[in-house]
Amino acid sequence: MFMNEAFGGGKIAGNSTDYRKILHCDVNNFYASVEILHHPKLAGKPVAVGGSAEERHGIILAKNYIAKPFGIQVGMALWQARQRCPDLIILPPDYPKYQKFSALFRKILLEYTDLVEPFGLDESWCDVTAICGKPDAARLLADEIRERVKNELGLTISIGVSYNKIFAKLGSDIKKPDATTVISPTNFKRVVWGLPASDLLGVGRQVEKALTGVGILTIGDIANTDISYMERLFGKWGAYLHCYANGLDNSPVKPGDFTPVIKSVGNSTTCPRDLVSDADAHIVLYNLAESVAERMREIGMSAKTVQISLRTNDLHWFERQTSLSRPTMIAAELAEEGMKLLRKNYDWRLPLRSIGIRGAKLVPYSPSEQLSFFADETKRNRAERLEYAVDDIRRRFGYEKLGRLVLKSDGILGQLDAKTANVIHPLGFS
Amino acid sequence: MEDLLRNDYKVYVEVLEKRAKDGIITPLAFVWEDGRKYAIDGVIDIRKAASLKAGGAGLRYTVKIAGNARFMFLEEDRGVRRWFMEKKG
Repeated sequence: MFMNEAFGGGKIAGNSTDYRKILHCDVNNFYASVEILHHPKLAGKPVAVGGSAEERHGIILAKNYIAKPFGIQVGMALWQARQRCPDLIILPPDYPKYQKFSALFRKILLEYTDLVEPFGLDESWCDVTAICGKPDAARLLADEIRERVKNELGLTISIGVSYNKIFAKLGSDIKKPDATTVISPTNFKRVVWGLPASDLLGVGRQVEKALTGVGILTIGDIANTDISYMERLFGKWGAYLHCYANGLDNSPVKPGDFTPVIKSVGNSTTCPRDLVSDADAHIVLYNLAESVAERMREIGMSAKTVQISLRTNDLHWFERQTSLSRPTMIAAELAEEGMKLLRKNYDWRLPLRSIGIRGAKLVPYSPSEQLSFFADETKRNRAERLEYAVDDIRRRFGYEKLGRLVLKSDGILGQLDAKTANVIHPLGFS
Repeated sequence: MEDLLRNDYKVYVEVLEKRAKDGIITPLAFVWEDGRKYAIDGVIDIRKAASLKAGGAGLRYTVKIAGNARFMFLEEDRGVRRWFMEKKG
């Protein structure tokens, strides 16, 4: 009873049209589709986006529909994927490009309503109740959005139209690619209840296993199981699932920007010899900052905070951080901020055994605009472009082919391989 | 693999453009990949669009060149704005 009230149960009358109109828009095979858009010759071929092909531990991050029948799955090791589909074309991820298309996708949705709630880079809920009075208006709007995304961005999307977020999300998964599926208060039992329980948002592998163990196989089974039994099985979560399955989710669409899961990118190293001066630290911090900045550019992020971590040769460890006046992904800026922190907080009483630098409070990268009034902006914009050019040269000819002169000033410290040694990958991409 | 990733139909072009006070950009002339210069007689249409042939998306200008309508795309990538056109074929 309590859960029904909490979820707005009873407010949705079967024959009334006075219910919320919510869309869930899902870009089909987002990463792979963006890559195929930029490489038209790949159309019609099995394509996947995966972690660095040079690294043996790389995994599949996304695939297209042609790769699917070969059994290619997200999370699979690259070597496994190649075994299953020798012709599979695996491209390295280009996060700045995906961020750009994600923003363009969201911009289209925001032209219709302010109530857009991102769910990852490639999915968003939109509450269009205010502009869709009649039930069919939401379906027509969904079709219009699909056409616009296809024409303007060259990507197909699937849209679920429903009266709650859970069914809208379910709807966008039912028909793919490039389709609209309506789940209304009058058809949901027919459309939803026969689907496997695992299709319901909130039913993960463990919950599915437990449900199967007690003979609950479909979403309809969840809906028709006594709520108290569901609570006994899964606690409060069981009651939520029962409400979801009965179409009683009343959670609002919360507007906001996509907040990336990655919070920071850092790199640290135990030095080949103890550091005894600012000059030594300068060499190592620049080396580390280069790999950190490159990693941030790979994922299209800039840092608002710089942290350094220091370990003395008596193994005492501490870290310090500072906020930046503006976010950065430029290695020199990270390194210089790191040096300022070091000078302010360390007196070289003891040599340093290890040192690290981290860019934190990450925000999506936005380029410095070239405004003629501010010479610094032009300089900064040039520095950003230079960093991308360096990335490109290193990608093509090897990381070690281009390096800073400062690294040549010490034969031992300058040879530290910051790119491969002890890189702390951001959460979710390691 | 490299051949598959090469865009045979995408030609980045050098463009002479006018930037109006209201921010609207109008292309006036461009240099094709072979070095020939073409004047743009007028802009027929501007809209956001993808180029499935050349690969990419941006603002698509339908322009008139020597009496023929052609597409020019203004693409923005990592803070850099570039014009590209689709090669026939």
